[in-house]
Amino acid sequence: MIAVALGAPLVVDQFQLLQLTVFASMCILALSLGVVWGYAGILCFGQSAFFGLGAYTYAVTALNLGESTLAIVLAILLPSVFAALLGYFMFYGRLSDVYVGVITLSVTLIFFNLMNSTAGDAYRIGVARLNGFNGMPSLPTFNVPGNPGRLLDPTETFYLVMALLLIVYVGLHAMLASHFGRVVVAVRENETRCELLGYDVRRHKLLIFTLGGAIAGLAGSLFANWGAFVSPNVFSLTTTSQIIIWVIVGGLGTLVGPIIGCVVMQYLATELGTQQLANTSLIFGIIFLAFVLLVPRGIVPSLGVVRARLSAGRARSTA
Amino acid sequence: MTGPILQTVGLSIRFGGVEAVRGVNLCLGERELRCLIGPNGAGKSTLFKLLTGQLQPTAGRILFHGADITGHHTHAIARRGIGIKTQVPNLFDGLTVREHFWLSARRTNPRPRADAITDEILERVGLGAVADGVVGRLSHGLRQWVELGTVLAGNPELILLDEPAAGMTHDEVARTAELVREINRTHPLIVVEHDMQFVRMIARTVTVMHRGAVLVEDTMDQILKNSTVRDIYLGKHGGS
Repeated sequence: MIAVALGAPLVVDQFQLLQLTVFASMCILALSLGVVWGYAGILCFGQSAFFGLGAYTYAVTALNLGESTLAIVLAILLPSVFAALLGYFMFYGRLSDVYVGVITLSVTLIFFNLMNSTAGDAYRIGVARLNGFNGMPSLPTFNVPGNPGRLLDPTETFYLVMALLLIVYVGLHAMLASHFGRVVVAVRENETRCELLGYDVRRHKLLIFTLGGAIAGLAGSLFANWGAFVSPNVFSLTTTSQIIIWVIVGGLGTLVGPIIGCVVMQYLATELGTQQLANTSLIFGIIFLAFVLLVPRGIVPSLGVVRARLSAGRARSTA
Repeated sequence: MTGPILQTVGLSIRFGGVEAVRGVNLCLGERELRCLIGPNGAGKSTLFKLLTGQLQPTAGRILFHGADITGHHTHAIARRGIGIKTQVPNLFDGLTVREHFWLSARRTNPRPRADAITDEILERVGLGAVADGVVGRLSHGLRQWVELGTVLAGNPELILLDEPAAGMTHDEVARTAELVREINRTHPLIVVEHDMQFVRMIARTVTVMHRGAVLVEDTMDQILKNSTVRDIYLGKHGGS
């Protein structure tokens, strides 16, 4: 990952660099669901709600202030507060997993419809017009903190996004190795046992869900910056199901998995999109089905099994 | 000496028309080892669920160290110091034996101490050989010990064991009985068990439950002589 981060700008052209930048932003989004679903076992069907909220928060704040630093901070804060509120009602209300899935999906679709219907002059926050389904164009992109006139060029943005991806990845690794992280995994395995050992399951679920919301919000701000544009599509069913497909394909219960799943699927989407051979959604649906039926554990955990079998076989043949 | 560690007053729970636990008054002293027996459906496991807050009583109170814990959350009761091995083992199937003990010990101990306790418990319950094995793949007997060890690692003040010898071979049962006696040197316990041989190995005071209520409470010898107890175990519901 570090090699890609340092080497890429030297070998690829600007178009490919932009491509890699958006891939890395989406990898952060994939990690947010990877930890909430893969480690805490909470199937959040509406991770796009926090992603979209982050993107719109960035858009509105950056347009109003003409400066990006505070906009990024708010794009993390607002989705986490919203995730905390939503999570509070779901987890302290002891809703079962299925309802958590249904509610989170509904929430993102409500945002999708809401933002779609904000066309017209009446819908503005400060100087920022929300523009309904047309989306918000010409957003200010990232600038050097405290110096709004000095914008980051594509190479600098790429470095920034890669650094953020690395920080999120390493940070999640550390969190999962901590006492809190171990308990989160234990909650996924058996909630009753956690309670009987004296751990408050509701609190742990709420905290990890909020963290997921924060990371998805960060990814949203990176996405809005990348295209200098945001539209209600960030909340759409396509977006939210894509995140789930990335995690399924890459593998639940790993951090590398969602990153690999995200890169592979996005690369595929780009290639399919440019060649127009077949409908991208159709191909994605087929891949999704194939993985659920044939490789339910995803790429990374399955590779681990294959490696274990190979080494076991080698040990047997040498014995 | 101090008062009873655990006391229930008229504890009852009703599911629709069925009163699964009826006015149970239980009093457990410090260092006591109490066996709770009774035929299937007598309400033993339901009583344990009430004691650990997994079910809320429809009437009555639970006092732990004299403090009313009725209606408290399961995790809050566990924090006060009641540990339980459930009838069907509640384990983290995807985690290792070591992680079970560590998670239990780590809640109240700093990391180095939790590591030390984990090694100690692995030795004590004799699971060192499978310490890094995933619990979901272990045999039923071993799983019982994993759960027992997990409870011990948390060092609760009172330990409840629901059928700790179920599904074990004869040797394993003997080993478990030995372990229970050893635990009792430092901790009070309530043990629910069907295996009368096992009960005979550990029992001093025995409480017999029948149809949700306490039928009789006495020493093991007296219980074995009791004709009513014999009748309910043989399925005769002779009048009382």
